[in-house]
Amino acid sequence: MSASTDTARPAAAARGVDLTPGGPTGPLPTPPPRAARPAGGGRRWGPGRVVVVMALVALTGVFVYPFVWLVSASLKPQGEVFDNRIIPLTPTLENYVNVWAEAPMLLWLGNTVLVTVLAAVTVTVSSAMVAWGFAYFRFPGRGPLFGLVLATMMLPGAVTMIPTFLIWNSLGQVNTLTPLWAGNLFGSAFYIFLLRQFFLGLPRELFEAAKLDGAGNWAIFRRIAMPLTKPALVVTLLFEFQAAWTDLMRPLIYLRDSDKFTIPRGLKSLLDQFGFGGNWHWEIIVTASVITTVPMIILFFLGQRHFVEGIATTGSKG
Amino acid sequence: MTALTGPLARVRAQVSTRSQRRDLRAALLFISPWAVGFLVFTAWPLLYSAYLSLTDYDVLNDPSFIGLENYRTLLEDDKIALSLRNTIFYTVIQVPAYVLVSLGLAMLLNQAGRAAGFFRTAFYLPNMTPPVAVGVLLLLIFNGQNGLINEVLGFFGIDGPSWTTDPNWVKPAIIVMSLWSVGGSVIILLAALRNVPTELYDAARVDGAGPWQRTWSVTLPMISPALFFVTVVNTIAAFQTFTETYTAFFGSGNSTYSNDAALFFSIYLFQQAFQFLNMGYASAMAWVLFVIIMVITVIQLRVSRRLVYLEGEQR
Repeated sequence: MSASTDTARPAAAARGVDLTPGGPTGPLPTPPPRAARPAGGGRRWGPGRVVVVMALVALTGVFVYPFVWLVSASLKPQGEVFDNRIIPLTPTLENYVNVWAEAPMLLWLGNTVLVTVLAAVTVTVSSAMVAWGFAYFRFPGRGPLFGLVLATMMLPGAVTMIPTFLIWNSLGQVNTLTPLWAGNLFGSAFYIFLLRQFFLGLPRELFEAAKLDGAGNWAIFRRIAMPLTKPALVVTLLFEFQAAWTDLMRPLIYLRDSDKFTIPRGLKSLLDQFGFGGNWHWEIIVTASVITTVPMIILFFLGQRHFVEGIATTGSKG
Repeated sequence: MTALTGPLARVRAQVSTRSQRRDLRAALLFISPWAVGFLVFTAWPLLYSAYLSLTDYDVLNDPSFIGLENYRTLLEDDKIALSLRNTIFYTVIQVPAYVLVSLGLAMLLNQAGRAAGFFRTAFYLPNMTPPVAVGVLLLLIFNGQNGLINEVLGFFGIDGPSWTTDPNWVKPAIIVMSLWSVGGSVIILLAALRNVPTELYDAARVDGAGPWQRTWSVTLPMISPALFFVTVVNTIAAFQTFTETYTAFFGSGNSTYSNDAALFFSIYLFQQAFQFLNMGYASAMAWVLFVIIMVITVIQLRVSRRLVYLEGEQR
């Protein structure tokens, strides 16, 4: 573990420190500069490189085609959903009208946005606080306690699932949206780990200087550490937003009435209703799938760089 | 107060000055969200789940203590055996396939120079798809009559199976579908490949090593920590796989597909807990899952000590 601390010197330190709120934005620490690149392959466009790129283009088709299929199927009338054409024979938007009539899609979208925003914001703030507590302060028992944080990452969710349900049940929160996000108020081990790595890379002298100037512990965290950690905070926000948006298991456990559903839970209910049980309307399901997926695709293109760097960092810290 | 000994005395000695005591208080405040969450949502659930596994509990009535009865029932429950077999089959095939495919893609990307960024984005896109939508896609694309996969196979003159209804082909379909989202592992492995120092390849080339030998003796050892990480994380995930399969093959109103071939352990656990309300029995299942995952992880850690290369001073 400690190895990564050294390799994870944030770029912020190297670039000179910017104390303005909203500070420097930049890539996450670990990915090295691309300069000294060519490992195995040459830089020039030889025939080998052409074959590689052609193979990659073909593979890209494999990865992207299911999206294309889904979107094009959602634009086909009922009878043609399965014809596997890329361009619909008789394109129509009526599925999008129908799905709105069959299901409270707007309500589901609203529920989902509420849950995901609350989940992402709370987990980011609380995990940052905890990470700061473990990164900045030296206190007895710090090592073992942080070991405990890491250990909880390895605990299968199934073990705590039932008692956690009983807690929310006894608080009268089943069939509300609360259990889907409120646990995030206490931080999450993975993000605590990620953010702590980042905090450890910030130059300590900076905080000592602020302390000498009379800044309190909270001010140092809020005014200096947080702004410098913006790239890692963005990664946390994006990851949790995606996790909360795509979650199906918790909505399955906690939500009963369809007006409480999040959009993945709603999609599952549409599949049960129109896919199985003889009531065949796959065009409704396909269209609802597109509506469930598109916000995530938009999110990815907005935060693409952060996603990729966040994931690359995750692996190198294993 | 005067004659403290042992650890407490050491703690007192370490935080003697006033500013140190203020720091300790601040540190505890900062980590308090985690501490509260740990006690309420991890420590207590762990203990309570262990207790529940020794009871008969349906939420409506108080738990009644039945000792090890749940664990005895586990041994005789055919569906436990079935779901375990399914889960192990899935894990044993899926994880190596997943790691090999992501390694292959990462190596290809590593040869692509500047274009790699674009392809990396394209490969990651499926990871953004909500698993419930992946479950829907699974049903549609692997449909036996007119699904895309069989259409493509037909193009090559192969008569594709009824993936989603033939018990022998359900798991292979789930595995192939899961390979659609290798993007995350590809990014991790590509980052590792880019970290391999170029000088090592030059040295190997000077020593007369061909491309295969360079891959085998330089690349693989150098990226073995990342490979190990990807393997362990995916094994744990594979053993708990739930959403895509549950979406496609289980749920209310689903009579046509109620399919034993797709009954994974975590799905059966979920059914026992929240459909049949056998919370005690499901808790016992959760502990079995916990032990299995621990054993697998420990074995992988042991094996890795021999296979994973770490640079001299790194840990």
